[in-house]
Amino acid sequence: MSDPRDDVISVGALAAEGTHSAGDPPAGIRRVPSGVDGLTTEHLIINMGPQHPSTHGVLRLLIEVDGEEVLAAETSLGYLHRGIEKLAESRKYHQLGTLMDRGDYVSGMHGEQAAALATEKLLEVTVPDKARYIRTLVAELTRLASHLVWYGTFGLDTGAMGQFLYAVRDREVLLDILEEISGQRMMFNYIRPGGVVADLPVGIEKKILDFLTDFDVHLEEHHALLGGNEIFQMRVKGIGTISREMALAFALSGANLRATGVGFDVRRDRPYDAYPDLDFDVPVGSTGDAWDRYMVRMEEMRQSVRMVRQCIEGMPEGDFTAKVPKVIRPAEGEVYASVESSRGETGVHLVSDGSPEPYRYHYRGPSLFACQVLEEILPGHLLADVVMMIGSLDIMLGEADR
Amino acid sequence: MSPLLIVVLRVLAAIGLMLANGVVLIYMLRKVLGHLHVRLGPMHMGPKGVLQTTMDVLKLLTKEDVTPTNVDKVLFFIAPALVFVPALMAYAAIPFSETWRITDLDTGLLYSFAALSVIPIGLLMAGWASANKWSLLGGMRAAGQQIAYEVPLLLSVLPVVMVVGSLNMSDIVAAQSGLWFVIPQLPAFVIFAIAGLVELNQTPFDMSEAESELVAGFASEYSAMKFGLLFLSEFSNSFIMSAIGVTVFFGGWMIPFVPAEVMQPVAPVIFMTKVYIGIFFMMWIRGTFPRVRIDQLMQLGWKWLIPASLAWIMITGLVIKVWQLGPGAS
Repeated sequence: MSDPRDDVISVGALAAEGTHSAGDPPAGIRRVPSGVDGLTTEHLIINMGPQHPSTHGVLRLLIEVDGEEVLAAETSLGYLHRGIEKLAESRKYHQLGTLMDRGDYVSGMHGEQAAALATEKLLEVTVPDKARYIRTLVAELTRLASHLVWYGTFGLDTGAMGQFLYAVRDREVLLDILEEISGQRMMFNYIRPGGVVADLPVGIEKKILDFLTDFDVHLEEHHALLGGNEIFQMRVKGIGTISREMALAFALSGANLRATGVGFDVRRDRPYDAYPDLDFDVPVGSTGDAWDRYMVRMEEMRQSVRMVRQCIEGMPEGDFTAKVPKVIRPAEGEVYASVESSRGETGVHLVSDGSPEPYRYHYRGPSLFACQVLEEILPGHLLADVVMMIGSLDIMLGEADR
Repeated sequence: MSPLLIVVLRVLAAIGLMLANGVVLIYMLRKVLGHLHVRLGPMHMGPKGVLQTTMDVLKLLTKEDVTPTNVDKVLFFIAPALVFVPALMAYAAIPFSETWRITDLDTGLLYSFAALSVIPIGLLMAGWASANKWSLLGGMRAAGQQIAYEVPLLLSVLPVVMVVGSLNMSDIVAAQSGLWFVIPQLPAFVIFAIAGLVELNQTPFDMSEAESELVAGFASEYSAMKFGLLFLSEFSNSFIMSAIGVTVFFGGWMIPFVPAEVMQPVAPVIFMTKVYIGIFFMMWIRGTFPRVRIDQLMQLGWKWLIPASLAWIMITGLVIKVWQLGPGAS
């Protein structure tokens, strides 16, 4: 079989304009001569993680360094593997969301949404308008909450402690809102096949709008505090540049892809739920470095705020869920549904054999791909940039390891 | 009293001051960072958590002192002491008031810097002996950055020494009775502040123990009171650096326009207040700023701070010379 990276990958509406030339072999400890270099220097192979404070969970990186300079890196995954895909094969369809929450646990709603959309495609049910709007609303709130974690930990990675705590102050309010809506703070299990599990609580609109009023100010403060900092700009500009071709070849999605200038967003290009009715922009970067990824994510937060406002204004009357049987037995078939999660395209590939449990369940998560691109972009940078790059890619190990 | 007893008492006073200072500063750091970060900091041990640090020290004292198998035992044991003792020595020359000082050295300023410059050896030793790659990297960074920034740090106080004509800290304070040196010597102070932060391993230059990169840098393998010593000396160092800054640039224990007789009884209080304000600013920076990268740090040091401090020495020298030839000639 030829190198899979030579194939042109087409993603939805977007046809890849470039192909990734194989060029130099991708970096990896195995391929780089290690050990004594000359007479007196020796390369150091460092095992970074899985118990390292800033690998965002349990990522393990083997890094070969010459002094402080990274020569090669190898990512090692699987320290948080719980077998979500296998477990799904013995779960009923409406239980899939519970598993998805524990995949990308910082943006649980998106995983649930993907699972629900896939199940609905199999069932061919129509989701009521109100449910579509509620889903979009909670998805965007989750995106805000998730991006705040990214913002905070990115600050921590650069050594700035305050940003994290300012971010969790806002996130705390968001989680309270989501808790009031779904009954849970992170493992929501709120979006179910056919709709959502319960209607919005009375008076939640005011709470959300009050939060957004504060958040509009806070977001600009956050941006001024981190993005406006000269030291931070020095640290991120030109770091971890991912070219357009590389991003497409590695199947990156989300902000990591958009930072390279490819304007692909599942919400716009393969719309689902209420997104066709909403007015929003898809920010794109130009150079694909860590600074662009930062700017794209910050802009995404502003867009999310816009979308949440539109959802509340346009919230239709009606049912919050369609009539879906207690035990879902879809017809035989195979579907793929994806959503734009906080980190990129989160998709669910579902194969049904007509029984109440899925025959095969595949979870496509964006972080898995982002972890792989690390091997390619790390060499040549300094050790301090390693954590910056992990932070800028916003990887989520719960989802990469699943 | 025999002179020996006085010396012993003074040394004990220095140790006591250092330990008390460490405990107060750690509590202060937690509270300051806490409030900067919209949280409360320690609240449970004692009223407003004042006993938190005491309890932490007690915990460190009673914890098992783990020595990893592969460490170089001698160096591993000596290193914390080698970091702690110079920090203690540096207290000797600092004038808390005209009479409150451990010793009155004619080369006080030089002595303090000399004592502080021993610390990188201890840090490198700690990093090297730990048999841990993160520690090694941390130790190397510490040695690299502290040696590189010793040059601009010393050069930045040199203009003041040129103006005063003495290395004695009391003389430097006395020379500021009219005007604090921070005003005519502002560029020197800026260089001093940056280089001082680097010397102290403080954010944004806390490269050697960058927790997000190097876990805990050179201190990774240390536990119990060995870690406590490394930790405490860090706070002690920030006190000394702030004290030097206050002495050289902010008039030491003096307040302008206040007669000396009024100040004299409260001079140590004034001095301590100033020092703590300086430390507060360090903590403020620590709570807000991201960290620079090691290559950027080195560039800043060698390409900007050293030439700038040399240029400022030259300007100060020219001004002094012109003054001596012109208005001050009589």
